[in-house]
Amino acid sequence: MKPSFLKATFAIIHKDLAAEFRSRELLTAMLTFSVLVILIFNFALDLNIDVRQKVTAGVLWTTFAFAGTLGLNRSMAVEKDRGCMDGLLLAPVDRSAIFFGKAISNLAFMLIVEAIVLPLYAFFYNETRIFQWEFIAVLLLGSIGYISVGTLLSAMSVQTRTREILLPILLFPITIPVLIASVLASGAIINDAGLPQIITPLNLLIVYDVIFIAVSFMFFDAIVEE
Amino acid sequence: MIEVTKLIKRFGLKTILCGLDFQVQPGEFVALLGPNGAGKTTFLRILASLSKPSFGNVKVAGYSLPNESAQVRAKLGVVSHLPLLYPDLTAEENLQFYARMYGITNYQLQINKVLNLVGLEHRRKDLVRTFSRGMSQRLAIGRAILHEPQVILFDEPYTGLDQDASEMLDKVLKEIASHGQTVVMTSHDLIRAEALATRFDVLSRGVITASINKNDLKNQNVLDFYKQALEN
Repeated sequence: MKPSFLKATFAIIHKDLAAEFRSRELLTAMLTFSVLVILIFNFALDLNIDVRQKVTAGVLWTTFAFAGTLGLNRSMAVEKDRGCMDGLLLAPVDRSAIFFGKAISNLAFMLIVEAIVLPLYAFFYNETRIFQWEFIAVLLLGSIGYISVGTLLSAMSVQTRTREILLPILLFPITIPVLIASVLASGAIINDAGLPQIITPLNLLIVYDVIFIAVSFMFFDAIVEE
Repeated sequence: MIEVTKLIKRFGLKTILCGLDFQVQPGEFVALLGPNGAGKTTFLRILASLSKPSFGNVKVAGYSLPNESAQVRAKLGVVSHLPLLYPDLTAEENLQFYARMYGITNYQLQINKVLNLVGLEHRRKDLVRTFSRGMSQRLAIGRAILHEPQVILFDEPYTGLDQDASEMLDKVLKEIASHGQTVVMTSHDLIRAEALATRFDVLSRGVITASINKNDLKNQNVLDFYKQALEN
């Protein structure tokens, strides 16, 4: 008996969502952290409207990047602490199904946090352009790139004693291209820079997403094996 | 059912298993005994395809490791001292998840059967985080036998269990053994191992140093056999 790739992937997603909606540990931590960062930046950057507009995309992506590491760490720690990662690895499924299952769950958690934080952000920063479809597309593409490589690296860092420290140290340098492209595209949308200014970072994001997903897919098996 | 020849496992410069040979026939219940650090857990992890051998041949249920690991995993159940269960899911949800991961069709019937066997029918809707160590371990056994594996590996299943929980586990293991499944169990509890196993192997310094069938023990008990094996 061997389940199909899709069935195994959906089983992991279903399990992760069911466990999280019951415990709410991961979402609560990510949300609390995000709201606090938004509030702190709101008071710390008590600047004029022009300056605010310039830094606003950076503030948003910094918030999501740090909140994302919290979620990634927690998501893999749940698998590791009671030996559940071994349970997953013992199942007769393709290891890439485990990667995609975990990555899609992590992405869902990140998108839920973003969906709650965005209206708060719009309220505090008096910024409604973040609800445009272009902005949502950037948010989605940026999150996909960040989470795909983040899931791979969290599977690696969770096997060490210093996992909370190791993940950001590994993740942030690698995801710099995604974060820069996301900030550029988001900034261009917020500042009404026009489509040509948005297209280049958006294309970069798509390319990075494809590369990061492919690399993570290729190396996940080697990383989770002893 | 299990054929291991000249198995070597190295972690860096340290050699854990040094040319180990090991065979298990279908239906045998082998107790793998040995002191701490002898390489029992490493050996079981290799059999379970969780770790790759450095050298040597390993065949489980007719499939070679590590090349046919997916096929081996489908025929294998593993119980370790960690339960491999999700605390925020109920007992039933945990089993449903693993049933999907093993591609079991009509799994509800199988889940009912397994919960009955491990005596947790009445706790099926309870979160695993509310379970005692003994109950978690029984559910872990349920998880391991859910897909009716041909081979079951137990790594120190009695670790951390009190007397009552150990006795309950004995009953479950006896029930499994009576179904004719091939079992390899590592344990420091020689009395329990003696009651369950049909063969005793001693793993020491990375090789099997002694092996005896239960019928060949005669007047000797397992403790004497174990002590002799370690002294030799």
